[in-house]
Amino acid sequence: MAKVKVKKKSTLIDMTAMSDVTVLLLTFFMLTSTFVQKEPVQVSTPSSVSEIKIPEINVLQVLVEPSGKIFISLDKQEDRVNVLNAMSSMYGVKFTPEQINKFRLANSFGVPIKQMPGFLDLKSDIQDQTLKNYGIPCDSTNNEFKEWVRAARKTNPDLKIAIKADQSTPYDKIKNVMSSLQDIKENRYNLLTSLKSLPAEEENN
Amino acid sequence: MAEVEVKDSGKGGKKGQQKKMKIHVDFTPMVDMNMLLITFFMFCTTLSKPQTMEISMPTNDKVPEEEQNKVKESEAITILLGDNDRVFYYLGQPKYEDYTSLVESSYGADGLRALLLERNKTVVNKVKDLKERKKRKEIDEVAYDSLVSEAKKTKGSPVVMIKAKLADENGKNGASYRNLIDALDEMIICDIGRYAIVDMTEGDLFLMENYEKKGALSDQIDTALKN
Repeated sequence: MAKVKVKKKSTLIDMTAMSDVTVLLLTFFMLTSTFVQKEPVQVSTPSSVSEIKIPEINVLQVLVEPSGKIFISLDKQEDRVNVLNAMSSMYGVKFTPEQINKFRLANSFGVPIKQMPGFLDLKSDIQDQTLKNYGIPCDSTNNEFKEWVRAARKTNPDLKIAIKADQSTPYDKIKNVMSSLQDIKENRYNLLTSLKSLPAEEENN
Repeated sequence: MAEVEVKDSGKGGKKGQQKKMKIHVDFTPMVDMNMLLITFFMFCTTLSKPQTMEISMPTNDKVPEEEQNKVKESEAITILLGDNDRVFYYLGQPKYEDYTSLVESSYGADGLRALLLERNKTVVNKVKDLKERKKRKEIDEVAYDSLVSEAKKTKGSPVVMIKAKLADENGKNGASYRNLIDALDEMIICDIGRYAIVDMTEGDLFLMENYEKKGALSDQIDTALKN
């Protein structure tokens, strides 16, 4: 019986080209993308044809989830600390340095000020889980939202206010936020939307 | 990993000739690592930046009656955002006794947009013309912006009031945030320069109810007026 001879072949594949491609892709992703901000609730913004981009710094984002709970995020850490201090002296709630430090590192906040110290004492993963159950009070009897925004405006006059709300949010809740902003003379602000292309007849022309 | 292959040049090689070296570097681990990094970036970042719509609301300060800008009746369009994504409009003053003065429309291209484009024809044409000129590089971006905002101030262009319905006691049957954005969107598409978000009045609610009941409530006005 003749044995079938298997020829020995070198299985070396030149990976240099592959490596080139992946490095290019990686560079592309690193340069074009921005990191996803951690948000207490996921909202889907309505789409619009507006093409104005939101600035990257000095943004105070107001997040409104479908049931009307409000969360605020500030992008500068020193602003967060200043705002918390202003709020603590206004409402007479004391914070320990550790609590302030925790607050500085949290991306967005939305807890009634009275419950804030207790909330900040929690572990950060429990904080993430429970934050969505709170929300900043914003009604006629207890409008802490107004005070937060006022304090933020005081610490950073360049702040731009952006409202990010879920598309199914009832108009009442939005009106509440808008009239609160109106009360403190914040009359210019942005509504965050996602992109929708212009209608066809506009593009053709 | 890096293999250096030394080829023997054999016996006949000249003395002093450099030895030929063939260098193989195995890039597989490098590719592995890059792929991991790419996956990381794809999951943890976003490419799209959110868009924004800039709006400015009026102040709460009371303006004396004489200083208020009166809107001409022929220019006014009032859009009522109802429940269940429905939308209505009326032109000029509301006519409470005539339920047909309220027209039901839609957020689609043949609804509000058709109406507003028709009403705002002069401005739309002007903006179109400016866009064309910008394309031909006759005017730059800055000039374009100022000309557009000037064109939007043309006399006779419609003034749009957007009124959204609030929810009832059960927290239902109100307009949603998306309705508001859709309506504001139409303002941008149709180059409406003057528009405002206004609170809905009792009269507007009555109009919508009367429309629903095909004018059955019109009689009530007469009796109410007589009393």
